[in-house]
Amino acid sequence: MDLALAPETLARWQFGITTVYHFLFVPLTISLSAITAGFETAYVRTGKLKYFHATKFWGKLFLINIAMGVVTGIVQEFQFGMNWSDYSRFVGDVFGAPLAMEALIAFFFESTFIGLWIFGWDKLPKKLHCACIWIVSVGTLLSAYFILAANSWMQHPNGYQINPHTGRAELTSIWTVLTQNTALVQAFHTLTASFLTGAAFVVGIASFHLWKAKRQQTAGETVTEKDRKRIGAMRSSLRTGLVLAVIAGLGTAVSGDSLGKVMFEQQPMKMAAAEALWDTQAPAPFSVFAVGDVNKGHNTVELSVPGILSFLAHSNFHEAVPGINDVAKQEAARYGGKPDDYIPNIFVTFWGFRLMIGFGMTSFVAGLVGLWTTRRKRWLAPEFRTGDEEVPRLMLTPKREMSTLFTKWSWRIGILTMGFPLIANSFGWIFTEMGRQPWVVYGLMKTRNAVSPGVSHTDVIISMSVFTVLYAILAVIEVRLMVRYAKAGPATDERPPARDPRLRGPSGGAGGGEDAESDKPLAFAY
Amino acid sequence: MHLHDVWFVLIAVLWTGYFFLEGFDFGIGVLTKLLARDEKERRVLINTIGPVWDGNEVWLLTAAGATFAAFPDWYATLFSGFYLPLLIILVCLIVRGVAFEYRAKRDDARWKRNWEHAIFYTSLLPAFLWGVAFANIVRGVPINAQKDFTGTLPDLLNPYALLGGVVTLTLFTFHGAVFAALKTLGEVRTRARAMAGVLGLVAGAAALAFLVWTQAHSGNGRSLVALIVAVAALAVALVLNRRGREGWAFALSGVTIAAVVAMLFLALFPNVMPSTTNPAWSLTVSNASSSPYTLKIMTWLAGIMTPLVLAYQGWTYWVFRKRIGTHHIPDPITH
Repeated sequence: MDLALAPETLARWQFGITTVYHFLFVPLTISLSAITAGFETAYVRTGKLKYFHATKFWGKLFLINIAMGVVTGIVQEFQFGMNWSDYSRFVGDVFGAPLAMEALIAFFFESTFIGLWIFGWDKLPKKLHCACIWIVSVGTLLSAYFILAANSWMQHPNGYQINPHTGRAELTSIWTVLTQNTALVQAFHTLTASFLTGAAFVVGIASFHLWKAKRQQTAGETVTEKDRKRIGAMRSSLRTGLVLAVIAGLGTAVSGDSLGKVMFEQQPMKMAAAEALWDTQAPAPFSVFAVGDVNKGHNTVELSVPGILSFLAHSNFHEAVPGINDVAKQEAARYGGKPDDYIPNIFVTFWGFRLMIGFGMTSFVAGLVGLWTTRRKRWLAPEFRTGDEEVPRLMLTPKREMSTLFTKWSWRIGILTMGFPLIANSFGWIFTEMGRQPWVVYGLMKTRNAVSPGVSHTDVIISMSVFTVLYAILAVIEVRLMVRYAKAGPATDERPPARDPRLRGPSGGAGGGEDAESDKPLAFAY
Repeated sequence: MHLHDVWFVLIAVLWTGYFFLEGFDFGIGVLTKLLARDEKERRVLINTIGPVWDGNEVWLLTAAGATFAAFPDWYATLFSGFYLPLLIILVCLIVRGVAFEYRAKRDDARWKRNWEHAIFYTSLLPAFLWGVAFANIVRGVPINAQKDFTGTLPDLLNPYALLGGVVTLTLFTFHGAVFAALKTLGEVRTRARAMAGVLGLVAGAAALAFLVWTQAHSGNGRSLVALIVAVAALAVALVLNRRGREGWAFALSGVTIAAVVAMLFLALFPNVMPSTTNPAWSLTVSNASSSPYTLKIMTWLAGIMTPLVLAYQGWTYWVFRKRIGTHHIPDPITH
């Protein structure tokens, strides 16, 4: 059979392209909404302008990002039915419920309150306005949870039975679907990774502004009032980002470890594939680098650390970890067919797993180093302390500053690594979805049986081309806009409304002009 | 009443919500070229829906998600069968959402013009295509014993369906003009009212022809009642619009849309997608629905969440109740 023309191949490519693309925006939406909400809370509580400017600045970047997240999400909701109709028929009873919950509970929250937040600066009392962005943030978390619960059901079907008359999966316990350990751990991992993504983003942009200010000062340019304010807002942002990177990075590692253990149990093939562990071994080594030969069923080159994989799977250094060949044989015996049919793409899973960990953990380490070197007071000699509106010095020890060269590269690394978690996220999803192959619902339905029988190759080629071209154009537009706004920095001349807006303010009815307030331009307009 | 009948009604309610709300959004998008004379006026129109269009669009996602959960076969057959029209709708909704958000992000005349063109076409096309899609659902399409759509794209572009598209497009544009009259000030408002008067007549003529055709083809007693309500509501909306009762005119143009959707669903019941190949292969509320357990969960969900959503979305409209005139439009952002 010509693999390029297998019915599921094109549909899978389209799903892969649109989903990885969608997920570039999702983690930033999740984390930036919370970060923006955090800054607005700080502003509401302290009244400090630097927090107001930080709120506005990160809020703008958040909005540029969420616009893309929202519209690419619509495709996801339609795509199951459009390209995977047999899948939809088979799982709809189970899978549809969390999706409907996502729309009814989370999407309405997000979309309605984001409108209130964008346009409400001069309409809502500031506490209520701040509550709106928190509701958006909660909406993004709920949305993530529901869709991850649905995905977890595909990884580990649970809380269902097969109807003998229709052959379809039917829900028996929504509670199980929403709270099974796969869903909990996967949500924990995805959300912590999302916050790491936002943290690296904030650190990168704040580093850009602070390093730029530092260079200008070194070059002898005068520091204006505006510069100081920008530095103040960016310094708070940098510290926030670094703290978040460390917490979220740690959370990602811990949750990743738990998710790995769950997967060793629920999908041994995925984890064997992640390690290119061909044969069952006890103790099992962790492979640092390997070049596998799928046809021969072993690696031709390998560098590994003994015992570590046993530890990752079972928390001890000696227990056996099942290998690809053995799991494939077991699955073939259980579900029929050849063992080869049950082996996912080892190259992609092996390297996807490594790139996920590598890129993600680099951001975590960068956060850790940054958090230490930019500290404000503790373990810092008084003469090296910097003020709130100054660029922090990068301090190794209480009295020792980094050399000029290291300082330069530290700031640069902060900027350059800002997209690392995005890469890690993409590889994480590619790994977990491709590692489940040939199954679309593990143990229940194979991907090749899931596609829409009535949709032709031509149809999919058209839609895939359209999405790819459209998404590429939008990516260029989005990134340019993002860079433009990120580089411009916070608008430090902006002021919050002089009076806290009242909800029952002038409604500006038919006549419009009875109150001076009602003729004022809108605080924000498209 | 069986739970799958309840869910048939709820799906109809979700689509009604979607067409009522995004109906005027689409209308406003079309009016940016028909009604607005300069950039300021276009911005006035766009900003009448600025805070709410996104929330309105979620009614579509909810309708789709709820169909997936309550009637998986309906969702599967419809979405895979109407593949290319849905692709066009998706592309439009993607570009449209980005256009609203990004248009004002750069003070560059060409940039803004391009996004404005985008807003017009991406509002016009879905407004038309939703009518085509729903007319085809009611009319019936070729469906085989495996519940799969076996037709082709030209099958979907039959005269009845195209007339359905004209109805939704003109009706939504009328609804949008009435909304514009309700939400704006000054000259835009006056012209919106005048234009609503004309659009209402066009929409009324198209709707009358389409609904009578529907009644003759697949109607019943109940759908006839909905037909009469739809036509009467539109007539009253026109009278109210002429008398300057903008709020009531908007309510009645909304009732018109609701009655049209109701008529289509009443004509459809108990089918959800009739098969023209063999009536025995039609998808119905009973053979396309989920298990009673899932429907029960979904009923609880909808029962709790829908009133809450209506309450906070309604509140949003109240917060942004102020009319907008050209003098409210701030200067463009500069960087």
